[in-house]
Amino acid sequence: MPILERAGGTPEWKRRTTAQDLMVWTGWLAGVALAVACFQFISDRTIWAFVWDAPQQGADLVSRMFPPRWSYADQLWKPLWDTINIATLGTLIAILFGVPLAFLAAHNTTPSVLFVRPVVLFIIVASRSINALIWALILVIILGPGVLAGILAIALRSIGFIAKLLYEAIEEIDPSQVEALRASGASNPQVLAWGMVPQVMPAFAGISVFRWDINIREATVLGLVGAGGIGMQLEASINTLAWPQVTMIFILILGMVAVSEWLSARVRHAII
Amino acid sequence: MPENATPLLDIAGLTKRYPTGDLALTDVSLRVPPGQVMALIGPSGAGKSTLIRCVNRLVEPSSGTVVLAGEALTTLSRGALRRARRRMGMIFQEYALVERLTVMENVLSGRLGYTGFWASWFRRFPRRDVEEAFRLLDRVGLAHMADKRADALSGGQRQRVGIVRALMQDPALLLVDEPTASLDPKTSRQIMRLIVELCEERGLAAIINIHDVALAQEFARRIVGLRAGRIVFDGGPDTLDAAALTSIYGEEDWSRTIRRLETEENVAETVA
Amino acid sequence: MSATNAGTAGFDAAAAARAWRPPPLIESPLLRYAVYLGALLYVVLGVVTVEVNWTRAAEGMGRAAGFLSGFFPPDFVSKGDDIFEGLMESLTMTVVSTALGIALSIPVALGASRNLAPLPIYLFCRAIIAVSRTFQEIIIAIVFVAMVGFGPLAGMLTLTFATVGFMAKLLAEDIEDIEAAQAEAVRATGAGWFSWIAWSVLPQVKPRLIGLSAYRLDINFRESAVLGLVGAGGIGDTLNTAFDRYEFDTAAAVLLIIIAIVLVCEYTSGWIRRKVQ
Repeated sequence: MPILERAGGTPEWKRRTTAQDLMVWTGWLAGVALAVACFQFISDRTIWAFVWDAPQQGADLVSRMFPPRWSYADQLWKPLWDTINIATLGTLIAILFGVPLAFLAAHNTTPSVLFVRPVVLFIIVASRSINALIWALILVIILGPGVLAGILAIALRSIGFIAKLLYEAIEEIDPSQVEALRASGASNPQVLAWGMVPQVMPAFAGISVFRWDINIREATVLGLVGAGGIGMQLEASINTLAWPQVTMIFILILGMVAVSEWLSARVRHAII
Repeated sequence: MPENATPLLDIAGLTKRYPTGDLALTDVSLRVPPGQVMALIGPSGAGKSTLIRCVNRLVEPSSGTVVLAGEALTTLSRGALRRARRRMGMIFQEYALVERLTVMENVLSGRLGYTGFWASWFRRFPRRDVEEAFRLLDRVGLAHMADKRADALSGGQRQRVGIVRALMQDPALLLVDEPTASLDPKTSRQIMRLIVELCEERGLAAIINIHDVALAQEFARRIVGLRAGRIVFDGGPDTLDAAALTSIYGEEDWSRTIRRLETEENVAETVA
Repeated sequence: MSATNAGTAGFDAAAAARAWRPPPLIESPLLRYAVYLGALLYVVLGVVTVEVNWTRAAEGMGRAAGFLSGFFPPDFVSKGDDIFEGLMESLTMTVVSTALGIALSIPVALGASRNLAPLPIYLFCRAIIAVSRTFQEIIIAIVFVAMVGFGPLAGMLTLTFATVGFMAKLLAEDIEDIEAAQAEAVRATGAGWFSWIAWSVLPQVKPRLIGLSAYRLDINFRESAVLGLVGAGGIGDTLNTAFDRYEFDTAAAVLLIIIAIVLVCEYTSGWIRRKVQ
């Protein structure tokens, strides 16, 4: 039955044959069974006595977290500035390397589909697969703790992100605008600068700002592995169970993220 | 028609087979004398677009020769081809303006073949190029739009910018690909008239791909009909009769089309 | 009528050319130079205030070679049990949190859509989304670890919470963009609220729901690989332990496994998304 073949793609609200119905229900059942089995696995590794305690623990935690220690903010301005620097300088470095990589990876601009493109794609995938925190972990071992490790960790993670989204944008540009320049006798670099760059500019701006926004959040936790920023204070406060300080840090992070989100929305609006 | 004069463009035995195996052009030979405005008509897929793209080698011909003013284009190296392309202005169906650049930048992009990369990157064009750009923009009535972005223009205005861009190259030949396909009937006539007038003023030859038989008959001095990659008609606009149309487009009751053409011409004359 | 005659008679092309400048990105010169100067000032300040212990970094560079060579060959075997355990924790965490997160995100998304929900519910749901999106997963994990103890349950709760914020925000945007005419047509038949949602809203957002779910599955696995750093279980735990014990060959093996699984996830989720659209 041809209708049966299409069962997977048929929208759910349509009336199905019995066989299709059966398949859909089996699919749901299998999905639920998988989730339950997985939960069973997690549950085996959980000390439930602690969990039943959680509401009480939570209430306890909250009572210890409030009021926040406002005076602690004085010691946090410098780490906050560091956090912003980690995100911003890391993003800038990532742009510096990511943009050329994107042009090397895009089908319509790569110098060689057979050799250069696969190598660049591998670099992009490797950079993207590894979380900034893991990059930071490795870099802290090599460079020692500090802001530099944080900046480079953010940069290494963001290169692949920026390059991937940008090369997808480059591959989607309107080829007729490029053809027109080529027909006028423009050289390859000129075709790139006049025909392609203006077309990908909005995408580029959007991607950079988007990544910067993500990086602000990521930069807040790099300090947990010693890579600088406000996460260092967070780690120290948690280790000494100084919960009012933790609350203060959370408030500052909340403020910073709100500002960065507002700023990136403004920039995106201005450019597009 | 000065058929005996030395041709500006001499196409001989041109054949194009796409990698898919489709034969787009079969043994096409065509001579265009200087200053001749020629219309290329034929059904969709007849190879009109491929033919003019084989002239400036945006599409590489499979065999045959193309000679422009004594220079064999088909054997040129990349650099020499770029220089040769400067002598062939191209005008496109969907205008193919770089939409995020201004009108003036689009016009100046016609000079890219004459300008070094860094000079063009910093938009430093010779004063007389900018003057010529303003003169031509004024000629087509768009001087006041110079700093508008190209995507803010109407279809007819964009096509006029496209024409000016092609003229900036100081070409000997215009390759015009369906200049009116995206325009309304009135604007179509204006654009065709503008192209023909400018060709006369500057003594340019032009090959104009066009769907609209009536426009071709009205504005071109010579009509070439292409069908399935072969030339099946070549003559003056007045010799294009029902039999010729049948040979180009296939069997159809052409009598009414021809009558319509005549009345339209009368209307056009009274309007003009 | 001819466009060709539109040119003004007394137009001075030479003067216009003299006056022409390439248009700058920012119109107002004051703002333009302020932005340039501000950007320059920031970069200088930022770079200057980065405290780098160059001697330590130089030392590290010397050691980096030895450190990196410690990665090779990757050792999958000697800590095989730990790796397997971590991997299973990560995978189960991913599955449960994605399923649970999606299930919970649907009501939150409905509540966070201005065209469906009354104001108090809208604000409440938007607050959930805002909190979930502001804090990095790691920070939320710290709080959950403090509440329910070490182990994969904390990780699972973290990812569920993050999934709700992510999915609900994007879904709500989509719901707010649905075609009002279709929704109106269904409402005009006299359908109740639930059947109205099921017949007019759900069909319109379903492709996006499936696409986002696949994307989130992918993200959740990546994140599950780092939650172990704060004790929330998963393969990150194994990785962290390997680094702490200087077992770099095991760490390399873990990293390779993470890259491989991320690749598989990415291709699968890309395939699902293409299939749905």
